[in-house]
Parts: sequence; structure tokens; C-alpha cells
Amino acid sequence: MSTESRVPAPPAHQTLTFRERYLPFLISFASVAVVFGLVARLVTSAEQWPRIKLQFFNLDAIIAAFPNVFRGFLTNMTVWAIALVVIACWALVLAIFRSLSGPVFAPLKVFAILYIDLLRGIPSLLLVLLFGFGVPALQIPGLPRTGLFWGGVAMILGYSAYAAEVYRSGMEAVHDGQRAAAKALGLSQWQTLLYAIVPQAVRNVLPALLNLAVALQKDVALLSVIGVRDAVREAQIFTARTFNYSSLIAAALLFLMATIPMARFTDYVARKDQERRLQRTL
Amino acid sequence: MDRVRIANLTKYYGNTLVLDAIDLAVAADEVVCLIGASGSGKSTLLRCVNKLVPFDHGTIELDGVSIDGERFKNSNELHKRVGIVFQAFNLFPHMNVLDNITLAPRKVHRVSRRESEEHARELLSLFGMAEFAESYPEQLSGGQQQRVAIIRTLATNPDVLMLDEITAALDPELIGGVLKIIKDLAAQGMTMIIVTHEMGFAREVADRVCFLEGGRILEEAPPSELFSTPEHPRTQQFLQRIIEAGRL
Repeated sequence: MSTESRVPAPPAHQTLTFRERYLPFLISFASVAVVFGLVARLVTSAEQWPRIKLQFFNLDAIIAAFPNVFRGFLTNMTVWAIALVVIACWALVLAIFRSLSGPVFAPLKVFAILYIDLLRGIPSLLLVLLFGFGVPALQIPGLPRTGLFWGGVAMILGYSAYAAEVYRSGMEAVHDGQRAAAKALGLSQWQTLLYAIVPQAVRNVLPALLNLAVALQKDVALLSVIGVRDAVREAQIFTARTFNYSSLIAAALLFLMATIPMARFTDYVARKDQERRLQRTL
Repeated sequence: MDRVRIANLTKYYGNTLVLDAIDLAVAADEVVCLIGASGSGKSTLLRCVNKLVPFDHGTIELDGVSIDGERFKNSNELHKRVGIVFQAFNLFPHMNVLDNITLAPRKVHRVSRRESEEHARELLSLFGMAEFAESYPEQLSGGQQQRVAIIRTLATNPDVLMLDEITAALDPELIGGVLKIIKDLAAQGMTMIIVTHEMGFAREVADRVCFLEGGRILEEAPPSELFSTPEHPRTQQFLQRIIEAGRL
């Protein structure tokens, strides 16, 4: 044959017309603007709106309350960050205890099961009250007596029970073949967990753990009920003094500024994780 | 002396009898292939030999020592001497090839990282895989992954190597490369128990072939006899079906 085999040319790059390129965007933009504009108008034209604005969205009050509320918010975030690290480690230990087999490890396993069952079943608020008011009242020498410390402990105890279950699901999701391979290579139960199972489990459950982290970010506000001067407490103090609720809005805004990026980050990690799994099955 | 001696091995899964009084002896340097339909108990037999699953009756001895005795009370001692390669490779996906191979030598056999990595690289280049030392399992083809899995087991210097349908999950064009390695190992005198559906390979590599059905060894003979003049009618049927499927 003398004719060369010809590969068809790739499809020509399509040039989009102005209509094709921008029209969809303009339509969405316009419809969003119309709907939200109408809602805003409806709200602001309501008879009660000036009062609502004065009580909740009073810029002067927000500015006045801000320094204290922000200081309180830093307390929230400090408790959150410390609790997060402790929970991540302690919950993993619990999950490992729970996964152990063999009569020697039975006490650890029973301990983990009881711990998780009990602490997961008690409302966080109740735990905070119990520890925040209860333990300092015992006046045990050598132990801290601040509500801040014991409130933080309560959060750690409750959330670590949840996180342990998340870890456990991740460990159970690791394929049985991995265990068999590790065992067949002569690795002990501990070594199998440490080198083969746990690293994969942590990778599996990272998005779920980050979700818990977002939940904890808000729940640290529970410490306000035992007198910790966090953002919510400071906002309440301001409200009690001025009968204006804008300080609570200020606290809410601060929490949103922390939780929304965190939630987006969680989405991002989850998407990466999804891509990784897809790649592996292809 | 027999390297592995299995006597009266019986195992149930619940009420289902999967191994029915199996007797099998494998001498040092011998290669024994187990063939038979799926569910005939071949894989379970391998898993009993290195205690990945418990068995109900009978004895298994390694160099004359019972694997249920005091010597192998800690089954890690057994796993140091009997290696197995799985159908699904079961490489650790979060470790690169080198770490996959050196994990057991470093953590179980207490070889230094430097020494174990040297040995691993030697084995890798021996099997044409030198360039993949830093790759992760998901970056490799099935055949390459299986070769790494074989090297991972070899790196622990086992006395007995067991292969559980190691080519069953591979694309046809990748099977040859993996089987070539096993033939080389057989030629070097590795004691092996091989479960396989590749009859051509079994015929070539095995000193003895056992046909299993319903948890029993129905027939065992050198491959030249078993494949050309099978005695048992069930063996004849099985081989006939294999031939019809174009696999022999």
C-alpha cells in the first residue's frame, strides 16, 4: 500500500460566541440578584425592621463589644486547638484498644467499649456541667480547679469517644488481605496495626475526622455555661449590660469566620480522598 | 526428611467440611502443585500450613516439628519460615516498593535498614524491577505488583514458599513474566507448594501434582503421568474441561 495511514485531525477548537460564553453566567447572576434583592427588600421594609436592626445589627454595639468578644473567641479557639490534638491521639489509642484480640488484651478492650458507650451516650452539655462544676468542687489537691481546664477535659472525653468510633470504622475498612499479608510476613499484632492498618485507616477517615473537628469548633462554646469567659460568655455579659443583642451577632460572625473555611477545607480533603480511591480502582 | 508433612488434616467452615483427612508430604527442594476446581480446598490447605486459619483435626509438621507445638506457639516463628504470596498481591498501598519489601526483614528479622534495602535492591534487579524501587503499588501493573509481592516474601528467606493462585488476577500477557520467576526459583531448589490453574505451568515446574476435590486429594502423581494418563475419573473430567477451555 502506498497511501500513508492518516490519523484524523483533532477537532478544531470551538470558538464560543459572546452569547454562549457569558449568557449562562449573566442569567444565574441576574436571577440570584433578583431573588436576594426581593428578600432583602421584604425584610427591610417590614414594620419591625428598624427595631431588629437596632437590637441585633447595631454596628456601634458590635464595635463596642468586639474587643471582649474577640478575646473570648481566642479562648474558644485555644481550647479547640488543644482539644483537637489530644482527641486525635487519645481516640486512636481507644480505637486500637477496641480492635485488639486475645485474652491478654481483654481488659483494654472492655475498657474501650465501656468508655465509648458511656461517653458517647451522655450529652456534651451534661459532661461540661459535671466536670466544670463537679470536679473543682471536690477541691482535690494537686489538680487544677479552673472551669476552663475541666470544661476542656469534658469536651475531650466526649469527642474522643466519637472519634474512636470513626477510627474504628476506618480500621475495619482496611481490606482483610492486608492483615493476612502482614501476619504471613511474621509481623506481630502490634506491628500489623502500627505499620499496615493504622496508616491506611487514618487516611481513610481523615474527612470524617475533620467533620468532627468542625463540630467541636462550635461546641467549645458550651464552656460558657460554666463561667469560662469565652466569646459567648463575653457576648452575654455585654447583652446583660446594654440590653442589646448585637454582641451575640458579633460572636456568631467570629465563629462563622472559623467554621466556614474549616468546612471548605474538609470538602477539599474529602474530594482529594475520593480522587485517590477512584484512581486506585481504575 | 520431609520439609512439610501434613497428616489427616481436617477442617470445617461451620458445618461444611472443606478439608477431609488430607495427607501430603513435601520434601526439601520439592515443588508440589495443587490443582482442582474452585472450592476444592486448595487455598484453605495453604492457609492451614501457615496458620492463617485454624484447623480441626490432624497434624502439620515443619522439618519434623508440629506447628501446633511449643516451638511455634508464637505463630510469627512459623511465618518467618513459611512464606505465602496471595492472588490479590496484598501489597501495602501506603508504602513504596522498597518499604513493602524491607518491612518484614527490618521489623521481624531485625536486619538493619541499610542491609535490608541492599538485599531488596538486589532482588529487584534480579527480577527486572530495579527501576521501581521508589514506586508505589498503585503506579504498577498487576504483573509488576505480583512480582513485588513475591520479592517481599522472598526477602524474608523462607524455607517454604506457598503461592496461592498468584496469576489468577493478572491479564494474560502479564502471566508469563511472573511464572518465569517461579520457574527460576524452582530451578534454584526452593521448596514450594503452588495452587494454580495454569496447567501448562504446573506440568513444567512441578515435581508432583495433586488433584483435589471436595477437600480430598483424589490423585497425586508426577505431572507427566497425571496430565497424560490420569487414573481417577474425576481427574479425567477436570482435565477434559481444562482442555476444552483451551488452558492446557
